[in-house]
Amino acid sequence: MNARAEAFTRCGSAITTNALTKTFHGHTVLQPTHLEIASGEILVLLGPSGCGKTTLLRLIAGLEQPDGPNMIRFDGEDVSALPIEKRNVGMVFQSYALFPNMTVAENVGYGLKVKGIRRKQRESETKRLLALVGLEDYADRRITTVSGGQRQRTALARALAIKPRVLLLDEPLAALDAVLRERLRVEIGLLLREFGITAVYVTHDQAEAMAIGDRIAVMQRGRIEQIGAPKAIYHRPANDFVADFVGTMNRLEGRVSDGILAVDAEHTQARLRVGGGDRSAVVCFRPEVARLTAGPGAIRARVIATTFFGATQRLVAEVAPGRQLQLDLASSLHFAPGQIVAFDADPQAIIEFEKDA
Amino acid sequence: MGLRWTTLAGFAITALIALFLVVPVLLSVYAGLSVNYARGISAGFTLDWVRQVWSLYSDTVWRSLIVALMTLALTLLIGVPGAYALVRRGGRFARIVEELVTLPVAIPGLALALALILAYGGFGAFRQSTLFVVVGHVLFTLPFMMRAVIAILETIDWRTLDEGAASLGSPAWLRFFDVILPNVRPGIVAGALTVVTLSIGEFNLTWMLHTPMTKTLPVGLADAYASMRLEVASAYTLVFLIMVIPLLIGLQLAADLTEKRTKS
Ligand SMILES: Nc1ncnc2c1ncn2[C@@H]1O[C@H](COP(=O)(O)OP(=O)(O)OP(=O)(O)O)[C@@H](O)[C@H]1O
Ligand SMILES: [Mg+2]
Repeated sequence: MNARAEAFTRCGSAITTNALTKTFHGHTVLQPTHLEIASGEILVLLGPSGCGKTTLLRLIAGLEQPDGPNMIRFDGEDVSALPIEKRNVGMVFQSYALFPNMTVAENVGYGLKVKGIRRKQRESETKRLLALVGLEDYADRRITTVSGGQRQRTALARALAIKPRVLLLDEPLAALDAVLRERLRVEIGLLLREFGITAVYVTHDQAEAMAIGDRIAVMQRGRIEQIGAPKAIYHRPANDFVADFVGTMNRLEGRVSDGILAVDAEHTQARLRVGGGDRSAVVCFRPEVARLTAGPGAIRARVIATTFFGATQRLVAEVAPGRQLQLDLASSLHFAPGQIVAFDADPQAIIEFEKDA
Repeated sequence: MGLRWTTLAGFAITALIALFLVVPVLLSVYAGLSVNYARGISAGFTLDWVRQVWSLYSDTVWRSLIVALMTLALTLLIGVPGAYALVRRGGRFARIVEELVTLPVAIPGLALALALILAYGGFGAFRQSTLFVVVGHVLFTLPFMMRAVIAILETIDWRTLDEGAASLGSPAWLRFFDVILPNVRPGIVAGALTVVTLSIGEFNLTWMLHTPMTKTLPVGLADAYASMRLEVASAYTLVFLIMVIPLLIGLQLAADLTEKRTKS
């Protein structure tokens, strides 16, 4: 695959946004945003519906006008004033935006045709791209007669055909079923890396974000809450919101004294060794860092349900009515609902947030 | 059995209604070919009346065709980009413009014609020309073209198509030709059929607008009915049918052909 992609490989532009802001009808949809996306980097914008992911992507694309001048640069060049057709960006839309009046090959070749590239060269270029996404046999099919996954690939090939400076993808897999989504997620990730193209990829699926991104920007209400490598986002979330949005997070609140967090809970002994001085704290840990222990400084909770995952099982247990924790433990162990489990969490993996006033 | 009975009844009723509509036309054709309508079949048949109509009125046939084609060209030129511009603009303003454009359909043709004459009657050469009739027809048929195109635009995701083409470097005018026009073609075809049909049959407006030198077929028909014997007027109807039916079938076939080419 590398050999095939080599013909296309060039590095994309670096993208810089400088206090990029967007207001619709007096409503600020994107708060001033500073972004540095390196050449060839894949940045994923992750966040709940309505947080402004698409808006940020469309601003970079040139489909929306930012509030002020000089807010978007490609390789240092101010592109704020350029409309999308002059920015040389590849775009993959959620609905694909394929042209129903053209065949698969005509769709892929359209950008080259617009550039005035000769028919011969256009056709061989189109052929190579179709081969790259595994659509050689569908070149002459009408767009309306190919499957969702094939349309998705056509859209990707069409965007790559123009050798864009940056590739922008807005939830490119959202319209597909789960199995296909998982397969294409891997394929797209590989393809983007082969091309070494700068890409901004929008999704609200955290697993997709982890699989594809070099870095992830987690957004909420028009603001980037945290930006970093997937592992950093997962293991070192900057705040509650990020912690909750990326994976499952358990939360315990209470007072810390002598390095032990005391949770006022029904099943007493809900104590967790966290270290540090005396304070009020919110302590979080992922399900997979829980470990069974009988010693002091363990949390005791009542098992409510278990779900078998193969190597592990997930326990839902409560420290008090309505206050549930999720624990991933080896599936060889046996737990019955109603049983009390005693566990603690790897202190290295515990995350602490300031308690809200 | 019950189903069969109702199917038969439905068929019979449809046939009766069709007959009710077709008989007058057939009678007209018969009258135009009969030597003497009052004396019936015994008097025999002739093409004399048709020949007479052709020598007297052939210019109105050609003029009607030219007017219809010019009207079609203008409604295409104004109506299709106009409809797209309106849909793109959206909002209250677009609604108001759409209503305004539709207004001439609601106004009686005579009143519309009078307004045109009041406004432009002073420009002698224009007033005397076929173009004056064409302008009237365009005013009257434009909303039909625009409505047909707008209806299709509202069913396709034109904004995403346009943005998709733009992202591939296509300038606005090229996007209109490459991805908007081909995808609204069914609306354009429907609009074109309506415009041509309406223009060829239009009488009200044309009657007021025409000069002796710019008679169209329906106006000539009225002349013939008023001043000639019944057989001549009927032969005129025959000429009208001979012209209109192949024209409409031809347009429909052309439309089907282009449709098939884009679908296959
Ligand atoms: N053209 C527009 N006019 C007015 N408001 C808009 C426009 N586009 C987006 N918005 C608003 O901006 C906010 C962010 O929208 P955006 O589409 O960027 O969200 P998103 O993160 O992509 O959400 P989703 O995951 O649902 O696609 C929303 O509240 C939306 O209503
Ligand atoms: Mg979105």
